[in-house]
Amino acid sequence: MTDIAIKVENLGKLYRIGQIVGYGTLRESLMNIAYAPFRRLRQPRDTNHEPSATSPQPNTIWALKDVSFEVKRGEAVGIIGRNGSGKTTILKILSRITAPTEGCAEIHGRVGSLLEVGTGFHPELTGRENIYLNGAVLGMKKAEVARKFDEIVAFSEIEKFLDTPVKRYSSGMYVRLAFAVAAHLEPEILVVDEVLAVGDAAFQKKCIGKMQSAAQAGRTVVFVSHNMTAVESFCDRVILLDNGYLMKDGRTNEVVASYLKSSANELLEQRWDDPQTAPGNENVRVIYAGIATEPGHDRHYLTIETPIELVFKVLNFRPDKLLHFSVHLHNQENICVFVAPSKPQALPEGVVQGICHIPAYLLNDNTYTTRLMVHFQGVYGVDVQNILIFEVHDAGREDWGWYGKWPGVVRPNLAWNVELLNCD
Amino acid sequence: MLADTAWARRQDRQATQQKGSVQLQWVNMDKVQQVGTTTAPVTVIRPPKGWIPINLRELWAYRELLYFFTWRDLKVRYRQTVLGFAWAIIQPLFMMVVFSLFFGTLAKVPSDGIPYPLFSYAALLPWTLFSSSMTRSSNSLLQDANLLQKVYFPRLLMPLAGILSPLVDFAIAFVILIALMFYFGYTPGIRILALPAFIGLELMLALGAGLWLSALSAKYRDIPYVVPFLIQLGLFVSPVVYSSNLLPARFQAIYGLNPMAGVIEGFRWALLVTDRPSNLFFVSVAIALVILISGVFYFRRCEKTFADVV
Repeated sequence: MTDIAIKVENLGKLYRIGQIVGYGTLRESLMNIAYAPFRRLRQPRDTNHEPSATSPQPNTIWALKDVSFEVKRGEAVGIIGRNGSGKTTILKILSRITAPTEGCAEIHGRVGSLLEVGTGFHPELTGRENIYLNGAVLGMKKAEVARKFDEIVAFSEIEKFLDTPVKRYSSGMYVRLAFAVAAHLEPEILVVDEVLAVGDAAFQKKCIGKMQSAAQAGRTVVFVSHNMTAVESFCDRVILLDNGYLMKDGRTNEVVASYLKSSANELLEQRWDDPQTAPGNENVRVIYAGIATEPGHDRHYLTIETPIELVFKVLNFRPDKLLHFSVHLHNQENICVFVAPSKPQALPEGVVQGICHIPAYLLNDNTYTTRLMVHFQGVYGVDVQNILIFEVHDAGREDWGWYGKWPGVVRPNLAWNVELLNCD
Repeated sequence: MLADTAWARRQDRQATQQKGSVQLQWVNMDKVQQVGTTTAPVTVIRPPKGWIPINLRELWAYRELLYFFTWRDLKVRYRQTVLGFAWAIIQPLFMMVVFSLFFGTLAKVPSDGIPYPLFSYAALLPWTLFSSSMTRSSNSLLQDANLLQKVYFPRLLMPLAGILSPLVDFAIAFVILIALMFYFGYTPGIRILALPAFIGLELMLALGAGLWLSALSAKYRDIPYVVPFLIQLGLFVSPVVYSSNLLPARFQAIYGLNPMAGVIEGFRWALLVTDRPSNLFFVSVAIALVILISGVFYFRRCEKTFADVV
């Protein structure tokens, strides 16, 4: 017996885009059938129904191509990637909803797939009836559902509405019930797609907890998500897909970091080599702006735990005046987080460097745009909007076990004194 | 509670990185045992090629789901209706009244010496069963397209459930037939034992047609328009309001090409002791078999792409 749960080799899936051949009218298709034997006479070798991989046709797209990986028994693997990168296609193939165009996949064990919560729910049926129906659709035996029934009801917190048709439920109740059934699925291999996108924060917490306990019980979990915080806290290994190709397969933090790096819309450095065209005027010109950080940190992957340095270099032409830098930081919601000026001081003519230090545990996770002003007392200098754009990522959320968006403009690590007071 | 599990998990990881505490060892042993004792079935997923035979073992494994699909159909059908299952009787009964009035009394269509209401009701019963089971099974894939795209099970279950749930309506409407038979002084003879065979033939036919039409409907949205039209047409092509004896003997075999002719004449033969259906019956059986078997193969062939095209 091998310790491999899933083995995928050169998996590929070709989709036709636009008008599916013969789709739409029956007439076209009947014509196709009538002509088919003649076409085959002309091209005797082409017996494949799908276009072959070597000659891609114009109206087709490889949703997945040459993807190979293995998942060990008991491993929790995350699949990440942009929209349309093939994540869901992999899940659909692994759960046998759709067939691959090429390659093969080997699965050792029963697969339970959760591509959506509430699949098969019927609005006219009551909560009780839907628990049984949904359980059966997900592959549970009737006896199994009956055994777990009380647990499912307790988990969903809808005891009172058990005999009400589901169509009268609020959307929250609906999702809670649906997830409760799904969460009690106990296959050897669990394949999960974005189920965390539903429900409120408290409910999400419950869902992740349930998946974590599944993984801890030695089940194999394949998990697709956009929620990097959840992926990081929960997966041992992550596979990164891009445009249907497997880009990276490795340890969670490395792959997640490289994905975030590639997907971020950041502006980490700007340089103006020609002083004539550099922003500014006859008093001062900006020649460099960049993000830096302390050794041991990666400036391409800033987290709330990273000290950040905003480095600016300007050409100073006014030694007679007191110069000061000033940084305005705005977050994605366009809220001004702070304005930080440097102390005005007299500086000789030449290149002047100013570094603004943003300590760790100040900024919340967000995307920040920086505006730089360099002014002199009474003399206008330079004002550059969006000179640097950087993203601060979340980190270290395991201690709280909660993965929703952390509210707040800032994220300070404030001191707390928590102690037991003995009343004697 | 969640924080606890998360914390435990982190501790676990840390422990792995250090030396492996006693607790962790124990957890691993547990895992190994679990793996050792379960014999995991191996599924190999490959691109589909050619004609795939039916997988009876898998169908059997999923029998509970078939039960739930049928159960759901039944539960949902008359929800929020005032008359509920009475609709199962009202439909054929009113058809029978209308037919008796217009075809029986006014047009005086010959009915092999049987009172016209009984004559037409005995045909309307299998006809209603056929039309509703065929409609249900051919719509089954489109109706539950969402299921097709989100979860795996043998797709055959969907058209199969479609033909099973109308059987309950049939059973209810059958009670009226018995009442009518008593009213007109007909006692069912030994031939009634043959009735299940005719019902079986009818279900085979409905399933065959349902398989073809549902598989086609995944790709061509023309099918939902074709089905009601076929059924309307079928009502008059089949011997429901008239007897197949109206046709000259040499056309009987050709008439049997409509397999419902065999089924309906079979019903009348078994219940009302009419003449034995002529050779049209055997033609009907053969046609029903051809439709069913080809339907299964066609369905299996299309099955793999349902999720992509539906």
